[in-house]
Amino acid sequence: MASVSTPARQVAAGSRRPAATDRSRSSGGTGWLFATPFLVFFTLFLIVPLGIGLWMSFTNSSLTGHGDGTFVGLDNYTEALGDSQVWETLGNTVWFTVLSTVPLVVVALVMALLVYTGMPGQWLWRLAFFASHLLPVAVVYQIWSMLYQPDRGMLNGLLQAVGLDGVTWLTDEKVAMWSIALVTLWWTVGFNFLLYLAALQAIPDHLYEAAALDGAGAWRRLWSITLPQLRRTTGLIAVLQVMASLKVFDQIYLLTKGGPNGSTRPILEYIYDTGFTNYRLGYASAVSYVFFAVIIILSIAQLKIFSRGED
Amino acid sequence: MTTETLSPRTPGKPPRSTMPREVVRRRRYGRGHAWHPTLGTGLLPRVLTLLALALMTVAWLVPFGWGVDTSFKTEVDASASGVDWIPKAGFTLDAYRTIFGQGKLPVWALNSLVIAVCVTALTVAVSAMAAYAFSRTLFRGRRVLFAVIIASIMVPPQILIVPLFRQMLAMNLVDTYAAVILPQVVAPAMVFILKKFFDGIPRELEEAARIDGAGSFRVFWSVVMPLSRPILAAVAIFVFINTWNNFLWPFISTSDPQLMTLPVGLSTVKDSTGLRNAQESASSILGSLPLLIVFMLFQRQIVKSVATTGLGGQ
Repeated sequence: MASVSTPARQVAAGSRRPAATDRSRSSGGTGWLFATPFLVFFTLFLIVPLGIGLWMSFTNSSLTGHGDGTFVGLDNYTEALGDSQVWETLGNTVWFTVLSTVPLVVVALVMALLVYTGMPGQWLWRLAFFASHLLPVAVVYQIWSMLYQPDRGMLNGLLQAVGLDGVTWLTDEKVAMWSIALVTLWWTVGFNFLLYLAALQAIPDHLYEAAALDGAGAWRRLWSITLPQLRRTTGLIAVLQVMASLKVFDQIYLLTKGGPNGSTRPILEYIYDTGFTNYRLGYASAVSYVFFAVIIILSIAQLKIFSRGED
Repeated sequence: MTTETLSPRTPGKPPRSTMPREVVRRRRYGRGHAWHPTLGTGLLPRVLTLLALALMTVAWLVPFGWGVDTSFKTEVDASASGVDWIPKAGFTLDAYRTIFGQGKLPVWALNSLVIAVCVTALTVAVSAMAAYAFSRTLFRGRRVLFAVIIASIMVPPQILIVPLFRQMLAMNLVDTYAAVILPQVVAPAMVFILKKFFDGIPRELEEAARIDGAGSFRVFWSVVMPLSRPILAAVAIFVFINTWNNFLWPFISTSDPQLMTLPVGLSTVKDSTGLRNAQESASSILGSLPLLIVFMLFQRQIVKSVATTGLGGQ
């Protein structure tokens, strides 16, 4: 990150001419010129709708005309903070994030370590673990709703074949979220796996050679070289995964519609239902912003944790 | 990086005369053959590794296999119980015939392709230029601006759908390609990845070009872009996959069947036919095939490109 601080120091020092080593950085208008096309898209399709949503959160807008869009101040927010549904669905979202993130990091790491053994048929392993990541969510839903069928699904067929009781995968309040996490693991672990595989390839050979010279065994190499070298990647994957898991919606909406008894309903589904089923756009926007605030707080906390001890 | 502290840098130190067996093997076979940096050379670890791999591979491929299998069954067999991989009525292409009989598939596939290519090209172009600006130029407010862009990665896209739809209504773009394409071009994460890569390009290269009289555009186009081909490919692949599989926004912004993407179109087939396992499986297979084929053809490049993103390397 040294490159980021260099120009700041220069500006602070008030030097008019860039130092010789920094001549490669052009200044002023050029930067804006390069940034403008992106900024136009960014403003038009992210900042503006974010602003419209924020405005709506202070009004009683609705899709059907029950609300007329008048300004209601913080009413929506006060209602949201006292709404047990908000806290329940937020809790479900966090629970899903915990259930999914840990295996999505650990299984990806195990996969990458196993594949990175020089086993023949690399393409097969890569295809096997990454291919599911290429499926649209509608396809994932289609496959897994067949596998999860309690009376004639394949998973229960397998359980019964080994003498175990079948499981009501998606209709038992205690099991449903685990089932969703399992689907998510199968569907998305391939991406983290590829990131780990790439990180393993980037570890310089001479580290292992030096370790071998010092007589380090396999475990020692794993603990003292491989895992420490992967630490940054692990931090990054964990951060990206938590953000992705907090935004879970599609697979839950398709597999359980948030049931049974709301036990898998994520906050984004509550927002969706409030907006599109109950037509309360203003209130839905307010809940969106509460959720957004939670995401920001969690992300900052996480970044702080993972960037500690670096540099 | 930590590598520098760990690698022996003292030039005066004489090399050891006797090299451990593992290093010799390492040199002989090279990475990815007989020597594993972590697990070593023993036979037992290799057998165990292979077993574990085989087990996981089966676990990951079986759901696919079940989908493919089901798509070749009659509807009766497809909704029958349990673990029968071989259907009683034999395998059939009926499900595929029905899907193709509805005749919209080529149109949807073409729409998906046009939309994914446009989004990918636009995203790569504007993101690379912005990343260059943030990495290589100085302008007022760039640190704040970059912080805003990074922060926006956290915005859940689902909360933008309603305001975006209102915007498209106001701009009179609903049911056009533009409505599907334009909002998908905003990819702050890609700007971040590209900037990180550009930061690592040695400044000397750029300085040399500048001494030769090249301006910013020339440096961007003739120095930075060629050096960044792998990362540009990686970004393009991510964006393409995401766009191809995106469901919610194309679903909301189009209602004309002639404009639907493959996933959206397939979902309407599902609605009209009710619950039919074989047909749904067949349409799932058809909907997944294009990306799977692309991945099989370009696997090496895709994996390599992930390796060269800042994500993988450090």
